[in-house]
Amino acid sequence: MDNYIIEMLGITKMFPGIIANDNITLQLKKGEIHALLGENGAGKSTLMSVLFGLYQPEYGEIRKNGEVVNINNPNDANDLGIGMVHQHFKLVEIFTVLENIILGVEPNKAGFLQKSEARKKVVELSEKYGLSVDPDAYVEEITVGMQQRAEILKMLYRDNEILIFDEPTAVLTPQEIREILQIMKGFAKEGKSILFITHKLNEIMEVADRCTVLRKGKYIGTVDIEDTTKEELSKMMVGRDISFKVKKEKSKPKEIVLSVENLTVPSKIHKNNAVKNVSFNIKAGEIVCLAGIDGNGQTELVNALTGLEKASSGTIRLKERDITRDNIRKRSASGMSHIPEDRHKHGLVLEYKLEENLVLQRYWQKEFQKGGFIKFDNVRKYANRLIKEYDIRSGQGPVTIVRSMSGGNQQKAIIAREIDKEHELLIAVQPTRGLDVGAIEYVHNQLIKTRDAGKAVFLVSLELEEVLNVSDRILVIYEGEIVGELDPKETTPEELGLYMSGAKRNTGKEANDGK
Amino acid sequence: MDTIYYLFQNMLPVAISLLLVALGGMFSEIGGIINIALEGIMLFGAFIAALFVYSVQGTDMSPQTILLLGMVVAAISGLIYSLLLSFAAVTMKADQVITGTSLNMLIPAAILLFAKMFFGSDGITTNVNFYIREVHILGKIPVIGKLFFQNTYLTVMIGLVFLVIAVIIFYRTKFGLRLRACGEHPHAADSVGINVHKMRYAGASISGILAGIGGFFYSVGITDGNVNGHTGVAGFGFLALAVMIFGQWKPMRIFFGALFFAFLRTLAYSVSLIPFLSNLGIDQTYYKMLPYFATMIVLAFTSKKSRAPKAEGIPYDKSQR
Repeated sequence: MDNYIIEMLGITKMFPGIIANDNITLQLKKGEIHALLGENGAGKSTLMSVLFGLYQPEYGEIRKNGEVVNINNPNDANDLGIGMVHQHFKLVEIFTVLENIILGVEPNKAGFLQKSEARKKVVELSEKYGLSVDPDAYVEEITVGMQQRAEILKMLYRDNEILIFDEPTAVLTPQEIREILQIMKGFAKEGKSILFITHKLNEIMEVADRCTVLRKGKYIGTVDIEDTTKEELSKMMVGRDISFKVKKEKSKPKEIVLSVENLTVPSKIHKNNAVKNVSFNIKAGEIVCLAGIDGNGQTELVNALTGLEKASSGTIRLKERDITRDNIRKRSASGMSHIPEDRHKHGLVLEYKLEENLVLQRYWQKEFQKGGFIKFDNVRKYANRLIKEYDIRSGQGPVTIVRSMSGGNQQKAIIAREIDKEHELLIAVQPTRGLDVGAIEYVHNQLIKTRDAGKAVFLVSLELEEVLNVSDRILVIYEGEIVGELDPKETTPEELGLYMSGAKRNTGKEANDGK
Repeated sequence: MDTIYYLFQNMLPVAISLLLVALGGMFSEIGGIINIALEGIMLFGAFIAALFVYSVQGTDMSPQTILLLGMVVAAISGLIYSLLLSFAAVTMKADQVITGTSLNMLIPAAILLFAKMFFGSDGITTNVNFYIREVHILGKIPVIGKLFFQNTYLTVMIGLVFLVIAVIIFYRTKFGLRLRACGEHPHAADSVGINVHKMRYAGASISGILAGIGGFFYSVGITDGNVNGHTGVAGFGFLALAVMIFGQWKPMRIFFGALFFAFLRTLAYSVSLIPFLSNLGIDQTYYKMLPYFATMIVLAFTSKKSRAPKAEGIPYDKSQR
């Protein structure tokens, strides 16, 4: 007797050069939270897009309550009671929350919208499930968490019974994550069936009943969460053992590589300075981590260091040389490498090929150009070497358009480019954001390798675990000031939290003792 | 006072023509298609409608009936011509600016060729008098009667009706909501089961209808029935685009933008009636540059803040996320 509400059997979906889903089976029971786990690019989102009718699979069938169904577009999915919260929200920014919720299923009389009717239903739903939103607020003016609640209401408004959440926690703050997980549990209790796509093991252990694991487009297995462990799941996902503890030797700091004195950076958002009179230095052979809650001046500080923004006062020295007024190319050439916070905006040219992206920092060097003409042979050779050395996976190798690559591999491409170039200092801003455990381990190892090669590493991170595990020295930033310098071996997450929230500070002397 | 009435009465037909075409541009762009072909569509609509008027003039049909029928003809021809743009831009995913430009270049040339072949001139001139001296009763109302119901054309009334309809469609209907979603975030529209291609065809088609009518109204109210391949519609299609941007893709603001540009143009053509301006001794030609010059200035200052539909000009591709 099977009591599956949805079954996806033998699904195969191909894209040019890549098999995104290779004979995958997924069975969802009524009233359960079923996690779908896999690394970036494992085919989770593709599989869900198939279920939601955005893609048509080459092979395989979908059954609802045992009967074969055809899902050719989102309307069909909706008719079957399937709803989805997409990873990148599908909300029209200039519309109100209400308009977004009713879009596509507008209550109307002869084509004229009947908004008050819809508003009543939305308010009822949001009260019933504790999803607080203002139906008349414009989407572009509300927080990410509220946008997500709007997306969830969109499904509830359509009376969907099967809810797909595509990496719902990736963009949320810790509190919001707790809330959404509770909400999901509530839905399951009510008899709704939930598919939860994620690569965060902690969340799966917390809420899921069962978990299906994909790896590189293939079905690996389905397990009951009660009978499994985090380690086992990660092994299924990555195909090998993953250490959650970062292995590294004690650091041996040498000479000062970067020294920042009294740096002040104006804010673009408000009238105050985003970075206020900050001084610190980083030595060769150590990883210094800048910890803090998002929006406390990290971005502006990094932008001033890398040249993306101008500092209003203060000096930045790289290897004794004043670079405060140098342009970006000059900073890069004098030994600064940068893994930017926003890899799509500042890290890659998404429409370019992989090989072109890999030489972005050095296409002007003699090796790669002559008289303004690019030496494509050398570029190809160089790209092939980096792809091999740094294990960058893509559909078509060096000629893959970067936009089509998975997030983890895009990040690998940036890391390869920045680490392979001559550098003394590596600035890595949230380098593991949005990556899965395998890729995170990879990034951490690369950072430590860079440190062990005698370079200075400046890591900006919002993740406490990362801060404590990877760094050799922690600087805490709060409202644009460095409020503490801590030793990761002696501090605790709780203490770090106090500094990050501004409740505690030890600036001045200790911070300057490092000199 | 009479001068003011005169300016106002002359301004309205110009403003209405601009308004309709700009509204057309708006419907196309909020659906995601940049319609730079407005100029060509206007001229096409005006020319076909002029052919129709030419063929029925002299019969005992009343001028206002001819005007209404001519409007329908212009609307249909505008719609047909805009389908070329829709087909290229939506179905074939071609570059919309290039497609629009080529559609603009085709029409004046075609008109010249056609008119030379059959009329032995640069275009055609119809001689039906659509002018309305004074509307019964309404024309007698003090002030308002003089402003709106004397020395005018039926086109003005029709245009204002279209404006009201456009406002209602834009804000109050299911169709308007869906169309705007397609120009702003087509993936969101697709994910809730809206057929983006169909909506974009609809938006561009409405723009074809309105631009065709706008072109006909231009020839009725501004050039006294002459449509030729040399002067065409004197850049009104592009002016309408400016009006649309000035109006921030919103119908009422577009209306005020159209009034503003129409006022400048009317002023430029009426310099000799205004003692102060004519005494300045500046050549009239410079005044005629005013609306076009104002376009540049307005666009230079507003384009920084302007909020165009986010996805306009980008062919919709399902697989891109």
